[in-house]
Formats: sequence, structure tokens, C-alpha cells
Amino acid sequence: MSAQTLYDKLWSSHVVHEGSDGTVLLYIDRHLVHEVTSPQAYEGLKLAGRTPWRSDSVVATADHNTPTDHWERGIVDPVSRQQVETLDANIAHFGARAYFPFRDAAQGIVHVMGPEQGATLPGMTVVCGDSHTSTHGAFGALAFGIGTSEVEHVLATQCLVAKKARNMRVCVTGELAAGVTAKDVALAVIGRIGTAGGTGYTIEFAGSAIRGLSMEGRMTLCNMAIEAGARAGLVAVDQKTIDYVAGRPLAPKADAWARASAYWATLVSDPDAHFDHEVVLDGAEIEPQVTWGTSPEMVLPIGAKVPDPRAEPDATRRAGIERALAYMGLDANTPLAEIPVDKVFIGSCTNSRIEDLRAAAAVVRGRRKADSVTQVLVVPGSGLVKAQAEAEGLDRIFLAAGFEWREPGCSMCLAMNADRLEPGERCASTSNRNFEGRQGQGGRTHLVSPAMATAAAIAGHFVDVRTF
Amino acid sequence: MKAFTTLDGLVCPLDRANVDTDAIIPKQFLKSIKRSGFGPNLFDEWRYLDHGEPGMDPSSRRPNPDFVLNQPRYRGAQVLLGRENFGCGSSREHAPWALEDYGFRVVIAPSFADIFFNNCYKNGVLPIVLDAAVVETLFAECFAHEGYTLHVDLALQRVTAPSGASWAFDITGHRKDCLLKGLDEIGLTLHHADAIRAFEERRRIEQPWLFA
Repeated sequence: MSAQTLYDKLWSSHVVHEGSDGTVLLYIDRHLVHEVTSPQAYEGLKLAGRTPWRSDSVVATADHNTPTDHWERGIVDPVSRQQVETLDANIAHFGARAYFPFRDAAQGIVHVMGPEQGATLPGMTVVCGDSHTSTHGAFGALAFGIGTSEVEHVLATQCLVAKKARNMRVCVTGELAAGVTAKDVALAVIGRIGTAGGTGYTIEFAGSAIRGLSMEGRMTLCNMAIEAGARAGLVAVDQKTIDYVAGRPLAPKADAWARASAYWATLVSDPDAHFDHEVVLDGAEIEPQVTWGTSPEMVLPIGAKVPDPRAEPDATRRAGIERALAYMGLDANTPLAEIPVDKVFIGSCTNSRIEDLRAAAAVVRGRRKADSVTQVLVVPGSGLVKAQAEAEGLDRIFLAAGFEWREPGCSMCLAMNADRLEPGERCASTSNRNFEGRQGQGGRTHLVSPAMATAAAIAGHFVDVRTF
Repeated sequence: MKAFTTLDGLVCPLDRANVDTDAIIPKQFLKSIKRSGFGPNLFDEWRYLDHGEPGMDPSSRRPNPDFVLNQPRYRGAQVLLGRENFGCGSSREHAPWALEDYGFRVVIAPSFADIFFNNCYKNGVLPIVLDAAVVETLFAECFAHEGYTLHVDLALQRVTAPSGASWAFDITGHRKDCLLKGLDEIGLTLHHADAIRAFEERRRIEQPWLFA
């Protein structure tokens, strides 16, 4: 057999049937479910008189609508409450392998909860009605976001109708400098290839800088593959992957563990496998990144200045820059380090894991937020992350700095709950999308790493965390 | 699903790249547990000057006169003309639901984000990729001629302009068949139930931990 990429291996091992036009039925091992993209799918099942093919493939939680404070009051917004209660009812009716409802000790953002529970395992196909499902590719699993019709299709058939993507490898060589994180790598990659650069591809992240990342860092990187246009990101399995999975509640045990982990170790691209496109970045040259516009590709290193649209020759791109600067309230040629922030958000499926909170705490320990910064939200990714952080005393460091320590959930990443920006407010955010209105209508989002967000909270403006 | 065969539709030009699904349908409308009723909130933040929340009466809103959908010449448009990377971002199927509910049956752009592209087909909306230079021509003609329509024929896989110029587009055989006949994809997949069961049985033996 010819040499295969990791993606080739994962794909071919899940093909149930191949049609004449190359469309396949792809078997799905794990179906992660949350409240926003599932109600219409369950209703579709009911209306058609169908039952789930394998409800034990479903692992569910409520995360998008849930409040991050005053849990004793429940969900005050009646429309949000109805959606969460609909998930409760659907799981009670149709079943699941595990469910972490609102206020459960292990409830959390679906892409934090899944790996934490061992619901995501190497070699699996993992889907969820959420574009950031690419996160789970950090485990050498083929994981991607789907729409609600596909959620219903997977519930009913355990399969997806799919066509294979092409193979791209993004190789990050060398080592990252101190203060430079997986988030900066993700933003630098998007800055290089653009938000459509990965469209039609599955991206495997490789190279010594990627091997050097923790599992949390790899999740951050794969999480943002979708922001580069790729439905799925991947990192090959190594000992770090296997060590992270060991002992998780849904991970295999005893004899099954030995068999599983031996198989997982084969989940790497063959040395001479063919990639349709290759991109190489020197890890040592990546600097802390800050987005300045309304697309994640509008990103520059902290030492740079806001771009000047007059320097852009392409008319559509120039209009895009002008519109972004108007929306963001920025003048061309302003140094990024002189941009003040009103709020700071540390959280989201990109950056709310224990390592992210440790990085933030390390920067702020013994310091306080700037008076000009009106709110710093720290939102752990799950109840288990929150408990771990509290056991390490991180919550006290944040509270002493004037930050708010919240309950887990998606929160201000997409502002479906009460956590949001007001029109014109500017936010340093560890989330993944700086689209217009994403964090609240008229809100202005700058994407950064947890360390950079924390430094901005203290300084009151963006600052290079390497010299802070 | 609604079948799609041919369409003669008024074209509405949305002249910006990277239109994301947050812009197509903002998050507050995702709290609905229904598939319908999203049309009045399509492009809500661009289309209205006031802040929209679920349950608001659209007739009480303040439309933004500068936004293309609010210009009288584009009223009743069924073909949306877009630019690169249309539909990027969130996987929310509420985006094609909102487009379809508003009345759009075709979106033409030089490139689409994968998840949005796929979601369109599930809802009787046909996303068509045309060469960037062709799209540029369509924008120019659409701006120049009020009442500009395009003829779309799915069986022939062609888009035809009033001038008679026409362009072919690609679509997989499976998607074309489903869309032409308005087929229930789940029903089609269940024709392969025996193959799915056989696949599962083999994997239960090879990788039993996946079924624990």
C-alpha cells in the first residue's frame, strides 16, 4: 500500500460505502451534542418516526446559552432556558452515553468537556453541530463541525454523506520563543494562508514546535483550523496524546487500553506520504499576535502598526480593510501597542483550559487590572477546569487583581448569554472570531493569547508580554 | 426538502468578501428551537439600525436604507451574489434557513466556506461557484441594470445572463440528484443499513473500546 497521511488513514478506516461520484458514507464514532444546533435535529427524528442509530455514541452538554454567574437563579432568559430544557428533554427521551446538563459539576464547553471526559479518543471520527469541533483533531481524531441536518443524519444513521478533502501540512519548525503560545501560532498561520487558505483541505500541523506543544496547546491550534477555512485540523498521536487520555472516565481500561494505545501509536502520517499543499513557518520567528480587523486573517505581530488601506492594491481587499478600520474605530498606522482596551475576556473553546488559566495567572500574579479596563472576565472551560484552578489558587489571584471569576460556558465568545460587549466597546479576547458583532452588536474584538489578554488588562492597552 | 430544478431570479449583489454566518444570522436568533421564521432577521445587524431580539415585530424595526436588501430595486431577489469565502465561520444551519426563509434559492460566489456550502444543499438552496472574473462581470451588470435576473438550470448545470452569456458550474452527482428530486437524504442512507451494520460488527471486534 502506498504511503498515507494521517488523514488518509482516518478517512479510509471509516468508509462504509463509496458511491460512483466519490461521495462516501463515513461512519461516525462520537457525536457531541449541545443545545443550540440539536433541537431541530431531534424534532426531525420525531417527525419522521425515527430513533437514534446508536445513542451510546452521543455525549452532550449545555454550554452556549448558560449564564456564567448566579447559577442559583437558573437561566433567566426564557428563550435560552427553553433551548436548554429542550436538550434535557431530548437526552432523557433519546438517550446518551453521558450528559452534563446545566449546573452539573462536569458541565462545560463541549470542546473542553469532550477531551476531558475521554469522550474524544485517537482514531475516532468525531462530529458536533459546531464549527470548532476541529479542536478534537489534536488527538489524532478526524473531527469536524456539521450543520443541524447532518446532526439529524448522524443521529439516524451513524453516518455522514461526505467527500474527502485534500491534504495540507503546516509545518512549524524550531522552537517557540518564551511568551509565544499555540494561539500565536494559530493566528500566525491564519495570517499567512488567510481565512480561506485551508478551504477544501484537512490541515495536519507538524514539526518540532508542534511536537513541543502540550495537548492543551494542540487543542488551541486545531480549534482555529476552521478559522483558516479547514473543517478539520490534525496533530499526529505521540506519547503526550496517550498520556493525556489515560485514566479519563470514558477512556478504555485494562486489556482494552493496551490494545487501543498500541493502535493509536500508528496514527501518524507515513514518512513519504503525499500532501497536496505544504506550508512551513519558522517557530522561532513567530511573535505574539494581535488581530486589528474583523476577520482572523487581519492579524499582525504586537510590534506592528494598523495597516494603511492605501497600500493595498486589490480593490475588494482595500474596501475590506477600510470597512474593518471604520468598524473597529482605528486609524491606519496606529501602533498596535497603543490601542487601549475596555474589556478583557479570557475563556472560550480556544483558550479556557487549565494551562490557559495558569498562563494568565502567571502574568497577573501580584498585579491589578488597569482602572480604565471596566471588566475582565475569566471563564473556565468546564466545571472540572474551574475546580482544578481553584485547587491551585488561581481564582484568588484573579480576584485579587480585580478580575471576575465565573462559572463555565461559552460566554462572551459569542455572547448568546448575558456576557457581551456594548456598542463601541473594545475587547482583548482569547476567543476565536473577531467578526462584526460577534461579542455583542457594535463590539470590537481583538484576538490574542491568554498571556497577551492578561497583560492588556493590566496595562490598559496591548503590550508585548515578552517584555512586560 | 424543496426540490430545485430551474430558477429565473432577481439578483441582489452583496459586495463584500468573507461574509460570515454571524452576519447572516446573529447569535440571539439561534435560541429558537424551530427551523423556520429566520427570514426577517437575515443580515439583521446590517439590515436594521436598531438592535434586534427574538420575537420583535419586523414592521416596528428601523431598516438601514443603505443596506442592499432594503433597496427597492432588489426587493424579491432570489439570487444572492457574493464574494470570496462566503459563509465562513460558525456551522449554524440557521444561515441557510434564514436565506431560504427570506426567499433566496441560489447564492453565487467565487468561493464558499465548506460547512455553509454543505448546509445549503440540505435546505434546497443552491450554492454556485463561478470564476472570480465571471462574478466580477455579474456584479458590474447587476449594478448597471435594474431588474437584473439570472437563469439557473440545475439539470444542465448552467447560469445564463440576460445577454445570453452562460457559464457552467460543478456539483457532485449525489447532491445534484438530491436537489433535483428534493430527496430525503436520511432515507437514502438507510438503504445502506446492512452495510452500516456490517461495518459496525467488524469494528466491534477490531476496536471494541469504541463501543464501550
